[in-house]
Amino acid sequence: MSRRLFSRRWLLIVGLLSIVLLLISCTPSHPQSTFDSAGPVSKSQLNLFWVIFWASLAVFIVVIGILLYSVVRFRERPGQGMPVQVHGNRNLEIAWTVAPALLLTAIAVMTIRTIFDLNTPDSDNPLEIEVIAHQWWFEAVYPEFNITTANEINVPVGRDVSFKLDSDDVVHSFWVPKLSGKMDIIPNKTNTLWFRADEPGVFFGQCAEFCGIAHALMKFRVIAKPQEEFDQWVAGQQAVAATPTGQAAEGALVFNSKGCIVCHTITGPDTVAVRESRKQAFLDGNALTHAPNLTHFASRTSFAGSIMESTEENLKEWLRDPEEVKPGNRMARLAGAFNDPTMALTESDISALVAYLRSLE
Amino acid sequence: MVTANELLGGVLAKRPVGATGVMSWITTIDHKRIGILYGVTGFIFFILGGIEALLMRLQLSSADAGIVSPEVYNQLFTMHGTTMIFLVVMPLGAAFFNFMIPLMIGARDVAFPRLNAFSYWMFLFGAILLNVSFLTGGAPNVGWFAYSPLTSDTYSIGQGVDFWILGLLVLGVSSMAAAFNFIVTIVNMRAPGMTMMKIPVFVWMTLIISFLLILAFPVITVAITLLLLDRLFGTVFFDTAAGANPLLWQHFFWAFGHPEVYILILPAMGIVSEILPVFSRKPLFGYTVVVFSGVLIGVMGWGVWSHHMFTVGLGPVANSAFALITMFIAVPTGIKIFNWIATMWGGSIRFTTPMLFSIGFIGMFVIGGLSGVMHAVAPSDTQQSDTYFVVAHLHYVLFGGSIFGLFAGIYHWWPKITGRLLNEFLGKVQFWLFFIGFNVTFFPMHFLGLDGMPRRIYTYSEGQGWEFWNVVSTVGVFIIGLSLFVFIQNVVRTLRHGEKAGNDPWDGRTLEWSIPSPPPEYNFAQIPTVTDRDAHWAAKYSEGPDGRPVPKVQGAAQEEVDTRNIHMPTPSYYPVLLAAGLTLIAGGLVSHLVVSVIGGILALFSIYSWALEPATDPDAHRDHGAY
Repeated sequence: MSRRLFSRRWLLIVGLLSIVLLLISCTPSHPQSTFDSAGPVSKSQLNLFWVIFWASLAVFIVVIGILLYSVVRFRERPGQGMPVQVHGNRNLEIAWTVAPALLLTAIAVMTIRTIFDLNTPDSDNPLEIEVIAHQWWFEAVYPEFNITTANEINVPVGRDVSFKLDSDDVVHSFWVPKLSGKMDIIPNKTNTLWFRADEPGVFFGQCAEFCGIAHALMKFRVIAKPQEEFDQWVAGQQAVAATPTGQAAEGALVFNSKGCIVCHTITGPDTVAVRESRKQAFLDGNALTHAPNLTHFASRTSFAGSIMESTEENLKEWLRDPEEVKPGNRMARLAGAFNDPTMALTESDISALVAYLRSLE
Repeated sequence: MVTANELLGGVLAKRPVGATGVMSWITTIDHKRIGILYGVTGFIFFILGGIEALLMRLQLSSADAGIVSPEVYNQLFTMHGTTMIFLVVMPLGAAFFNFMIPLMIGARDVAFPRLNAFSYWMFLFGAILLNVSFLTGGAPNVGWFAYSPLTSDTYSIGQGVDFWILGLLVLGVSSMAAAFNFIVTIVNMRAPGMTMMKIPVFVWMTLIISFLLILAFPVITVAITLLLLDRLFGTVFFDTAAGANPLLWQHFFWAFGHPEVYILILPAMGIVSEILPVFSRKPLFGYTVVVFSGVLIGVMGWGVWSHHMFTVGLGPVANSAFALITMFIAVPTGIKIFNWIATMWGGSIRFTTPMLFSIGFIGMFVIGGLSGVMHAVAPSDTQQSDTYFVVAHLHYVLFGGSIFGLFAGIYHWWPKITGRLLNEFLGKVQFWLFFIGFNVTFFPMHFLGLDGMPRRIYTYSEGQGWEFWNVVSTVGVFIIGLSLFVFIQNVVRTLRHGEKAGNDPWDGRTLEWSIPSPPPEYNFAQIPTVTDRDAHWAAKYSEGPDGRPVPKVQGAAQEEVDTRNIHMPTPSYYPVLLAAGLTLIAGGLVSHLVVSVIGGILALFSIYSWALEPATDPDAHRDHGAY
């Protein structure tokens, strides 16, 4: 086997191996894989990734190939004597300055085109959604429909959605890998991001900027629905909640008497004034904060920063010991129900509350 | 004239004497001893930072693990980053600056020996102050980048952030003092004939780093001082409730933070540029180009900080500009890599352990560099930023790059420093374990990042599909640990029983190989006169007509020099006392103001005593012992 053959085969193995590894490891079926684009924004970002990936792989193979070749070819051999003392070569220096510069120029052109392409939505009439990030959950407001919801953002398939991103406390980041790259959510600075879901589905997102103790548990979902289903969802969110009956009515009383109502709204969308006053109360050191709107809680599939599926058992577990489920969360830290022994929730309180919450269609 | 010493009498009345014992190390101003202190301290913190990493890897090795609490996890990654950057890579680089620079430029010490000792003690005390926070109810837990407003007293109750600020302030003084010292040393203390274009590349890189330090540290110093004022005295520089823009902090931090990256990698580049020629038996290919690409990296490093901020909404114009500069910083970096390979091309390569680490450095740095260019592609970077892809990238640069380069330097210069060679067999075993362990740990992180795993999460749930590669990565940490165990074995064994090195075990090219190992206190009995770039090589070989080196006939033995006439600076108590005083001032802000007052008095006393004592005590009669 000649040395040349050996090195060519070696390159082939490295190349194939890295591709195979990449394919098996970044399985598109995983919930937050960046390889499973469901819309034009993430698709265009992924296309750019592949361009730079292949370019990098080519450069890697060439450079490492030359490195290994020279290491093997020029190893010390007995009786060989001292090598010629070469100090440099101007033409080579020019060549390996210009060649990478040309390659980088090509990549730079594509990069800058894409930066400007993705800067604004394709359509003139996107659906506007305001996202307000909190430690450690996402609030979504639909000004067009006067809806407030939390942790689950419903969008219509095929329509551009434009987000206004604001933070109520620290820096967070809005990221749904299958729909778009991330955009940080920064207090006192309104950022924007847009995407479009080209197919229906549940797309998982997660805060991507470290934001304190429960950063790992600050998730959300984007649920893309065909237009009719989306319209139904909007109508449901706009409806006035039904009057609770039976055990749920009991739960409604608990909700008021144990102070849940101080932070959670259950009577329709939150106003800016309510949000601001709760935020100010928190900053002033009072035991309250702005918390997820629960008006149509039962229409959501998950809760607590979208880390738990909304089942009866999970809700009970959460209400028994929220600190255990989501360490550091503000409800466990501030709410009277979890800090004041006289306000503590009994097991029957919890059952009633869960019945109530699950009635809030 | 009456000095402060004479006024005080007692313990401090006399200059410290004696060449052995603990006191001689505490009062030493010998650049070689200070270099060793930096090296040993840095290595201890390397182990500490490694343990922090190990705990994080154990926590992440399965979904929903409960090995450490979220609070502890957040402290671990904050302290791991801060430790590895400020207490490991920087001081290990400083260890080589200290030990090697005077030897490489033919000097007897650095320009300001007492300031040099002061730098070390500030580093040590700053490091201790930072880590004391573990014992006083909570280390910093906001990430090494400490983004505002999470660091405000609204969102970070407790003293962790204060410890972080004060520790960095103390460490910053250390770095600044050292940087000024090395600039003056390199510019002023070169042996006769050694022009700037004849100094070794490692010395050049040190010079560039020193300038980066004195330009970058003021930026972070301003930022953390403002933050300290916010936290302790109620100012509102970063108070979002009062209307502050959090991006102010981010610009401050990365305007420091990105030059800092080059502060961390350039020492390794310098080390490798020394080692490759020695073990290829060829001069560095394109010396001038390598030097100026280093300068260019240093300059361009100031224009790329916002690539850490592609997702903060700076707008398409700013993102394009920073993407462009970031991509083109790859050009001077690539030039270095090509020149290193060209140095080996046509050579006669000896696969010693330092050479293996140097070749490993090039390979790993190529990967880290390429993933760096991938990050410069801003639109696709919005999918990768703040994910494990970045964690992979930065470790390929700082571990596969800086740490590999530093280990190359350890194996290369160990015989010069200790007089004994490290065991080559154990060295190679360590290299291969290190190389494999490193890649097993960090390569899978690329996959995890592309699979959507964010950084700085203490847990993830089942169903994300992240378990497998996390397990692989954790296994890799144990291989790295095993490799370090082999290294420690090697050190312990060879310190006593290792093969004697002699002056020049590797057939070296630069001046440090012309003197005994370990070098005497005064380094050079006679200051050499330099005529060539590879000064020691030129003393051994002349170039034959075919361009191959021909050994020179050794002339008559050098004239014996009476070394008793060499006057070296005298050890001093004041560098360590001043460092202690300044650190106490900082410590008082997180304990009791009385501590600050005591520290202030101690610092004031030390400054005056320092100023009034002569650098070389005319009364000192000392033998020049080895350390």
